[in-house]
Amino acid sequence: MEMAIFVDTVLVAKEASPVVTRNKRRMRRFSIVPLLQAGPLAAILCVFLLLPMCVLVVVSFFDYDSVQIIPAFEFTNYTEVLGSAVTWRTYLNTFRYTLIVWAVTAVLGFTVAYVLAFEIRSRTAQMVLFLVCTVPFLTSNIIRMISWIPFLGREGLLNSALLKLGLIHQPLEFLLFSDFAVVLAYTHLYALFMVTPIFNTMMRIDRRLLEAALDGGAGWWRTLTTVVIPLSKSGIAIGSIFVVTMVMGDFVTVRLMSGGQSASVGLMISSQISSLQYPAACANAVVLLAIVLMMISAILRIVDIRKEL
Amino acid sequence: MASTRSRGFSRRSLLATAGVAAGSGAITGFPTIWAQNIKNVTLRQFGTGVSNLNAVADKVKSDLGFTLSMTALDTDAVTQKAVTQPKSYDIADIEYFAIKKVFPTGVMQPMDAKKIKLYDKIVPIFTKGKLTPDSPIAQGTTPYSVGYVDGPNGKAFAKGATGWMTLIPTIYNADTLGIRPDLVGRPINNWKDLVDPAFKGKASILNIPSIGIMDAAMVMESLGTLKYADKGNMTKPEIDKTVAFLIDTKKSGQFRAFWKSFDESVNLMASGEVIIQSMWSPAVAAVRSKGIACKYQPLAEGYRAWAGGLGLAKHLSGLELDAAYEYINWYLSGWVGAYLNRQGYYSAVLETAKENMSADEWGYWIEGKPAKADILSPEGKVMEKAGAVRDGGSFNERMSRVACWNSVMNEDRYMIQKWNEFIAA
Repeated sequence: MEMAIFVDTVLVAKEASPVVTRNKRRMRRFSIVPLLQAGPLAAILCVFLLLPMCVLVVVSFFDYDSVQIIPAFEFTNYTEVLGSAVTWRTYLNTFRYTLIVWAVTAVLGFTVAYVLAFEIRSRTAQMVLFLVCTVPFLTSNIIRMISWIPFLGREGLLNSALLKLGLIHQPLEFLLFSDFAVVLAYTHLYALFMVTPIFNTMMRIDRRLLEAALDGGAGWWRTLTTVVIPLSKSGIAIGSIFVVTMVMGDFVTVRLMSGGQSASVGLMISSQISSLQYPAACANAVVLLAIVLMMISAILRIVDIRKEL
Repeated sequence: MASTRSRGFSRRSLLATAGVAAGSGAITGFPTIWAQNIKNVTLRQFGTGVSNLNAVADKVKSDLGFTLSMTALDTDAVTQKAVTQPKSYDIADIEYFAIKKVFPTGVMQPMDAKKIKLYDKIVPIFTKGKLTPDSPIAQGTTPYSVGYVDGPNGKAFAKGATGWMTLIPTIYNADTLGIRPDLVGRPINNWKDLVDPAFKGKASILNIPSIGIMDAAMVMESLGTLKYADKGNMTKPEIDKTVAFLIDTKKSGQFRAFWKSFDESVNLMASGEVIIQSMWSPAVAAVRSKGIACKYQPLAEGYRAWAGGLGLAKHLSGLELDAAYEYINWYLSGWVGAYLNRQGYYSAVLETAKENMSADEWGYWIEGKPAKADILSPEGKVMEKAGAVRDGGSFNERMSRVACWNSVMNEDRYMIQKWNEFIAA
């Protein structure tokens, strides 16, 4: 489902520019029509995005005790969040996960998309293989994640297989409840969010450009680095935005796959919420939001998605 | 509901009228004369998974006639929902240490002990503060210390039994460490064995701050590194020392994982990832039911106990309030008690539960005697083979050796911050 919505947004974004110019022309005559067109979306965003955000910001300045929140205006929550070494360590850890997962999914996603787009010649085979990529997404992501646990455990499938084959003599402990497990689960969960947008942009690359590169004497590597990668930049950027925001905000994967041993910002917020420390959680959420927005704007600075599309 | 509306009444006004009639002194026993109206009542109960049992809801429907809808949440979420959504429930099934946070916010109403028929039969831990007149008082948030308020509108806890109860006790137990006797390879006698380097990478502690810190405190005292004035109400330096100890232990690789929910603890133990950990009694039973050896090991320093109870939401009134009292009286009348005892918990009124259990069941679960025949779970699965003896022995042996109760500290906010440091470390 996430997928379908995603493809839609890409398509809408693609159509956007001619629509805008048409609208501009029309605006001079009936200025009410575009307003009405934008109205429903604006209303939804106001009620379900802007309003909750405002509440979030307001509550982040409140005081609290063990049972209730007390309306106030103080910076204690922020000084506690920003002044604590734990916060910094947790952010560092989250960045580390984000960076590793981003790198792995980008390479993996690019490779899969490349094979799908350029190596598979038949249109039908392309679509079938792409749908095969989405099959794991027919189950809930919690199930996809949890199913790793019996596989990777000390007495799990992988360890017992390796032991039986005589490849190892001690079960490998690092497989489960470790950073390895966390990164593996993230990669499994989010790789498709990289594949889809990159595949999408690759399919739009004019094949004549590849032929021209070939005719011009460029080898496979040269074609890849000077034609395919630059023209897939917007797909990579969109995929990166997805992966970065999801990993930065995640708390379930870290908790389950690290066995509660590692922390992430999302987990920190969730444990504050469960201890009824809403204002502290809000302050944390505001800081996280600011950081993620900065990361996204950095990505958008490097790649102008609009122009590239 | 459609039929009441067609008669021109709203359901609530009809119930309210009936409630006034019923409240005028006609309640003698169940089923009562207002059994017709009570069928329309739905009481919404929520609590942790331990006592939110569908079997109870079904039995309520057949014995009392009204509908009990249940929602199961985890421990933290129960407190949260109780405080933040007081209109979303009628009956809270909540733990005593949580009620210390919840009741002062005024979202619940005290119960009139006079309306509780079996009040005098409730285990004295709850009504007198001690199991027997000469037993010592354990540390932590004892159920007695938060069991009463001053009057019908009271929000502050009273020092003794006032007749206005915050919760009616339903279920309680004494917790200790669970072990895999086949894998630990030596006798386990003390809380400090949890941090024995021999079990490096094979131990676990639960990640619910208010409970986990107590288990850690039991370990610290057992090691002799720290003596607490009150483990259930630590000072800031005590919290600092305990958390520093936990962080060191974590960094040394002692813990395999931290668990937050019941099933996580079962899976950790059953899969052999962990061989010694903080555990809850039914989790031990669940591991054993898979045919895997698991022992709820009694320890020299004693148990960490907890208790839960049913409380009434502030908004309950009229017929619904009467139905709630009816439900609570029924709860204590034996059937549920027997059901809970058979799961390895204890019920608040033991006498009535005994009438609903076989002599062998009573002997095994409560008196600590060897089972004469196979012991079955409430669902009829074999839990223990004939000849088995309950870990820790009888009710009196176990409950008289409680060292502390689950609690909420005065330095709660600070403790949770420090606990999060431990998890993030």
